[in-house]
Amino acid sequence: MRKGYLGVDIGSISTKAVVIAEDHTILASEYLWTEGNPIAAVKRVLAALEPQLAGADVEVVAVGTTGSARELIGSVLGAQVVKNEITAHAMGTLSLHADVRTIFEIGGQDSKIIVLRDGVPVDYAMNTLCAAGTGSFLSSQSRRLGIPVEEFGDYALRSTRPTRIAGRCTVFAESDLVHKAQIGYAIEDIVAGLCDAIVNNYLNNVGKGKEIEAPVVFQGGVSKNVGVVEAFKRITGHDVIVDDCGHLMGALGIALLAQNTGAEERFDFGVRDLTFETMGDECGGCPNNCEVVFVLRDGEFIDGWGNRCATGIERVRRAAEGAPTVG
Amino acid sequence: MSRRRVTFPHMGEYWIAFETLVELLGAQAVVPPRMTRHTLEAGAHVSPEFVCVPFKYNMGNFLEALEGGIDVIVQAGGGCRFGYYGEVQEAILRDMGYDFDLVNLVETTNLPMLVRELRRIQPGASYPRAVKAFLIAYRQAQAIEAVEDFVRKNVGFAVDRGAIDRVTARFLRELRGARTLRAVRDLRSTTLAALGAIPLAKPENPLRVGVVGELYVLMEPFANHNIERRLAESGVEVHRFVTLTSLIEHGLAGRTFVRKTIAAAGPWLEFHLGADATESVAKTWELMNEGFDGMVHVKPFGCMPEVSAMSVLQRISREYTFPIMFMSYDAQTAEAGVDTRVEAFCDMLQMRRRRQSGA
Repeated sequence: MRKGYLGVDIGSISTKAVVIAEDHTILASEYLWTEGNPIAAVKRVLAALEPQLAGADVEVVAVGTTGSARELIGSVLGAQVVKNEITAHAMGTLSLHADVRTIFEIGGQDSKIIVLRDGVPVDYAMNTLCAAGTGSFLSSQSRRLGIPVEEFGDYALRSTRPTRIAGRCTVFAESDLVHKAQIGYAIEDIVAGLCDAIVNNYLNNVGKGKEIEAPVVFQGGVSKNVGVVEAFKRITGHDVIVDDCGHLMGALGIALLAQNTGAEERFDFGVRDLTFETMGDECGGCPNNCEVVFVLRDGEFIDGWGNRCATGIERVRRAAEGAPTVG
Repeated sequence: MSRRRVTFPHMGEYWIAFETLVELLGAQAVVPPRMTRHTLEAGAHVSPEFVCVPFKYNMGNFLEALEGGIDVIVQAGGGCRFGYYGEVQEAILRDMGYDFDLVNLVETTNLPMLVRELRRIQPGASYPRAVKAFLIAYRQAQAIEAVEDFVRKNVGFAVDRGAIDRVTARFLRELRGARTLRAVRDLRSTTLAALGAIPLAKPENPLRVGVVGELYVLMEPFANHNIERRLAESGVEVHRFVTLTSLIEHGLAGRTFVRKTIAAAGPWLEFHLGADATESVAKTWELMNEGFDGMVHVKPFGCMPEVSAMSVLQRISREYTFPIMFMSYDAQTAEAGVDTRVEAFCDMLQMRRRRQSGA
């Protein structure tokens, strides 16, 4: 029986998971939409992973979770390690590209840059306050233009004269885009202009002040857009590596971190048959009204968070334990 | 004259020193309710949309305090492009129908001026009385700063974090009653001794991080989403230099302080950036050269002096591969993003350390 390590990356838009062997090879992987329900998404991910492992004689002995729903899913899966996605992405990428010096990542709601030297992250930044230039902006603009988001990149590549679109702010970009369409620009040139705007926005905000050195690896959902990849190459003057499994880097990284903890506990895929319920409540203990969220496994309280002080969680815990259990 | 009811904006635990100051002047202190989300919502509702977030918090404090009836509001904010901070707040509140006197301490540049302003809080308070009230309140503020400095540097390493919190909570409770110079001094030394006796599991060379930036967001944990505590609890010794008393001292030192700070910023500054931004640059430069592991720069969204400092800090960070995390705060209250960033930052510092030690 070989040992395996499960890494799950639950983002706002998509959920990614891998099972790796002790030598870090990927034994099973899955990528699907979160659809606003991380618990259901993880159950579907587990259902997709288990058959891939059939006959491989692997037992999952440690679990790691990352991404914005990492706390929730960490409780659900009983994870050995729960870590932020920045560290997970750096670890995953380093395992494939030991010499990487810059990682660009543009996801559904956020974007980040990680600067590495000699195999160690030395600087990073993440977008603050504003989601301009992330995946959700691209998909809303593709809807506006009536192009499937998957074909966006091909449209951009056909353009010979990208039009100029303001990248500073999504609202400004959108009014530029409408204006250019109305005065008659070709749709290819508008799409290419939008890809340039995303890259310029990224480099001027998240990437501001960072030394961008090759090798550069580009990840996250937006890296699947060849138009943006080409714009990055042209504007930074560096080759930009996009891996086929780039979307799995967070999951791979957190699986490696789970392996590194050394803590082992047999993981049962049967967890997907249990009933998990999340309940959210406003604490009401003070005017902060913290939104406290807790998870019940087959009716039993397993974890809760979101409170600013210690009393909030106790309050909801008592309420939860007193609440009628739902099978 | 009857005792006037006096309020002031919150900033960290300094309300205790303000309460003492006001009451020793012979007036009645009305401490605004503890900061909550309601404070911010109420303040933002009556503030100009584009003003920085400290203004909104202040307004929230005033509104919550005014519910109980107020004669005097003391303000010390401003000093940047918002030179009319207190005056604009006064105008808004008057338009809303409130009546009160505003005592604004921001323009006081020497001690006699400061004492004169303080006496306006409670007309009839004698000059010696005002001096004494100020001195005792000042010592209280320094005691708070000494205790908080210890907590920032050690809470991440305490075997029992609860022990540090219990000592700190008792200190703050008892400080409200310590209204002589001797009582403040005694409480300060017994508290520091009690803190010093708490067992720590601290490595010889802990990670050290400096925090710099705009004074209000720096000193009000509610506004910065407890960033110092989160950093400290990740196993970091957190160093902060901007305090209320340091600001008063620097304000009184005037141009001398500015000149010294520009010199301390080495090759990076020739002119004063305004507010605390010159110090943000100077401290970052000093601490980097001292071998600190990284810096955290905090500011309200759109804070002009600190935006100026940022471009210098980004250059220092790039040229020396020195980690600086930039945090910008507005009226958002989601804290998950702060956790993610702080955790990633501390992970990174630890990995850099391991590389440096050749492991």
